[in-house]
Amino acid sequence: MSKLVGQSIKRKEDPRFVQGKGSYVANLNIAGMAHLALKRSPHAHAKIVSIDTSKAAALPGVIAVFTGQDLIDGGCGKLPCGWNVPNIKVPTRWAIQPVGDKVRHVGDTIAAVVAESRYIAQDALDLIEVEYEVLPASLGAKATVTSGIVIHDDLPDNTSYPWAIGDLPAAEAGLSAADHVVELKDLINTRLIANAMEPRAAAAQWSEMTEEMTLWTTSQNPHPIRLLLSAFTLGIPEHKLRVISPDVGGGFGSKIFHYPEEIITPWIARKLNRPVKWVATRSEASMTDSQGRDHVSTIKVGVKNDGTITAIHISTHADQGAYLSTFAPLIPTALYLTLMTGLYKVPGVYGEVWGTITNTTPVDAYRGAGRPEACYALERAIDVAARKINMDPIALRRKNFIPANEFPYQTPVALQYDSGDYHKLFDKLEEISDYNGLVAKRDAARAAGKLAGIGVVGAIEASGPAPSKVAGALGGAVGFWESAVMRVHPSGKVSLMTGSHSHGQGHETAFAQVVADELGIGVNDVDIVHGDTAKIPFGMGSYGSRSLNVGGSAIVKAGEKVRNKMLKIAAHQLEASESDLVYDRENGRVYVKGAPSKSKAFGELAFAAYTAHNLPDGLEPGMEEQSFYDPANFTFPNSAHIAYVEVDKDTGEVNLQKYYAVDDVGNVVNPMIVEGQIVGGIVQGIGQALYEHGAYDADGQPQTLTFMDYAMPKAQFFPRFEVARTVTPSPHNPLGVKGAGEMGTIAATPAVANAVMDAIAPLGVEHIELPLTPQRIWKAINKI
Amino acid sequence: MNHTVTITINGVKHTREVEPRTLLASFIRDHVGLTGTNVGCDTSQCGACTVHVDGQAVKSCTVLAVQADGSSVTTIEGMAQGGKLHAVQQAFWDQHGLQCGYCTPGMIMSISYMLKQNPNASEEEIRHGLEGNICRCTGYQNIVKAALQAREALSN
Ligand code: FES
Ligand code: FES
Repeated sequence: MSKLVGQSIKRKEDPRFVQGKGSYVANLNIAGMAHLALKRSPHAHAKIVSIDTSKAAALPGVIAVFTGQDLIDGGCGKLPCGWNVPNIKVPTRWAIQPVGDKVRHVGDTIAAVVAESRYIAQDALDLIEVEYEVLPASLGAKATVTSGIVIHDDLPDNTSYPWAIGDLPAAEAGLSAADHVVELKDLINTRLIANAMEPRAAAAQWSEMTEEMTLWTTSQNPHPIRLLLSAFTLGIPEHKLRVISPDVGGGFGSKIFHYPEEIITPWIARKLNRPVKWVATRSEASMTDSQGRDHVSTIKVGVKNDGTITAIHISTHADQGAYLSTFAPLIPTALYLTLMTGLYKVPGVYGEVWGTITNTTPVDAYRGAGRPEACYALERAIDVAARKINMDPIALRRKNFIPANEFPYQTPVALQYDSGDYHKLFDKLEEISDYNGLVAKRDAARAAGKLAGIGVVGAIEASGPAPSKVAGALGGAVGFWESAVMRVHPSGKVSLMTGSHSHGQGHETAFAQVVADELGIGVNDVDIVHGDTAKIPFGMGSYGSRSLNVGGSAIVKAGEKVRNKMLKIAAHQLEASESDLVYDRENGRVYVKGAPSKSKAFGELAFAAYTAHNLPDGLEPGMEEQSFYDPANFTFPNSAHIAYVEVDKDTGEVNLQKYYAVDDVGNVVNPMIVEGQIVGGIVQGIGQALYEHGAYDADGQPQTLTFMDYAMPKAQFFPRFEVARTVTPSPHNPLGVKGAGEMGTIAATPAVANAVMDAIAPLGVEHIELPLTPQRIWKAINKI
Repeated sequence: MNHTVTITINGVKHTREVEPRTLLASFIRDHVGLTGTNVGCDTSQCGACTVHVDGQAVKSCTVLAVQADGSSVTTIEGMAQGGKLHAVQQAFWDQHGLQCGYCTPGMIMSISYMLKQNPNASEEEIRHGLEGNICRCTGYQNIVKAALQAREALSN
């Protein structure tokens, strides 16, 4: 059997998906199930003076109506923040805001209706009468600090925490030593909505007999959700609470967090002793799913005339929305400023950030999470610098690369990059894009009177969070190891229970490839089990491009243990010493060195472990091994992307004609899946560059609650992407892999932004804020 | 006042008493229990809910069940025949045209209709034909490749 790792094996999960047999939460239909709908605040900021639910409760078909106080009286706790940086102030957040408290963003929850049908529950929402005292909204990541409007009484300046990293004197010295200091003032990183195609949903069933709760939720990490529910918000003990995340229709970060509906739904199911289901509408999702990015930053980069970068100084205000979502403070701190030096050796670096509170939907991780913000600010500034000193943008980047022979490389901002070869990366990019040809094409287009531009980006990611000790030191309330249980059945088939969660990443295939290679069996002899706390060991779930780095490593470790046990049994039965045996991972058998015919097949050893008729003394029967793998470091995938655009002078419209991407994600288990992740990520990144914006008006009213208003990338906007890879294995995990889920998104936004800016630079425009819509471009080039 | 609605879905007749405001998507999912047809938006933009009504691709979240009374509907569950995937389903599998799978039923229903209307659809036409179908995962590239594979398979 040839090695499966490294092959583009078609996905094992796909036959069910292409036939409409995905098991999404919204599909659940349990006998007696009631339907939950939630009354959402229409105001960005208001005091809840009173609520009258009597008319709603009287509507035929309505089973019950609950308000915030009902849940508090019924034992529901505040939603905790899972990442507490030093000196943080965590504002109070309830599942449903009680009367006397306030609503703090449009979509904040104020009442729950349970009815016999979803339609009736929705009707009843309109019958709930709420008296509000409407307050002015405080908005803007930076402006909110001085708005004078207090959102939470204990945060008078709407600031939850400050955070800083680096060496300020060194950064200042570097800026003074520079020939030029490029400054992008109040650079905006847009508010985005993740918009996984499956809206969030939750369903719950209470068993009165056993006092056990089952919660189905659209989560990327069912175990942490169970822990938070048990310890903080719902109070049902962990051993009586089963959380299931079945097939989940995309997450992109937005389904990591602990949401109010995960409290409300099971609380009501127990209260009424009936199964209950809640499914978000798209507009509900758009006002309650934690959103992404939303920074205002001023970045200064010092460069010498020869292109040497001398310093980076950045000050950022990060809008966290109305409350701190579960991991909100992690994103603009340890996942952002630590990546501020990109691929480069920079002597002086300093970054500071303020996490601020506004009357908007909470902000947390969204694909890339902090790293796209760092990459965008840095790579935009470097591009402006290259133009200023009239240097080729690739040449400038190359001038500053961390050399391949300096890894592992300790950056001045805490991280230690594991491995990389950035020149090789860009060599490949220049090759596949025919860079010189592309420059000639642009110049020819310009000579013909067109606005044509090339955008280059070098990007880094810290993927696979994270050594648990480091996470703890940085404010994490949890560890970031991952678990695997490898259950070899007596017949030689394998169930692999993983704490990672797949919501599109293809674990059922890629993980099965890893298991199969560890044991020397077929990919179809392995089933990957995930997403159900009753079936899997405690696991941390999937985000931060961690599944294969961390979860995959746990699989490898469990596989080693299975092989070792099999060697022991084989040694006993073959009457050989263990050191004379070879575990043949090609063919799934154990044989005696030099006498390959003396052997035991994988299936024989599995069966022997369960009959236990003939095991070595002291060896326990059975064949089931587990591993909890704590990573030694992040992994540091990196990429080089290039975009070629032409901008229509008359309309400001961007025509993205070519896009080339080279990514180094270390070793690859399934190239097809990796390419899918890269391309999908690129389109999300371009979405931010050209189309997407979660906009609010001056009163804090969200303007983009549907796909009519929020511009999702569509198929016809894109050319075919050309993607390639270089491979620098990660030295510290057994598979040598790095994260692949977020690189595309991180690199693509600045690549396209740089290309558009290059196209319109001849007209004297240095910078436009995202998204680069035709209107914004047209205004800029016409100086309006 | 409830209405009696009869719709043939994947060859099987289903008669239900429904409120007049019941959407076809809800009829299929909640009343008949065929949950392969997904709902991804409220405004007829995403195409996750696409089915065929009397041979036409229709967004089932935009049609009332009463409007579809007496019609014949094909959903994603009706595409594979005799244990064999439809050419478009097979192409999605072969080309890695899906990740989370949520948009996939609608994509397959749209593309199979598109290729019936235009058996020689070019890559450009396919991309434009997908204007009403949103995928957040794949970046569309492999969906387009799947459509091209299906185009070849169906023309043979
Ligand atoms: S659910 Fe029908 S178009 Fe989105
Ligand atoms: S595969 Fe996830 S939305 Fe298309």
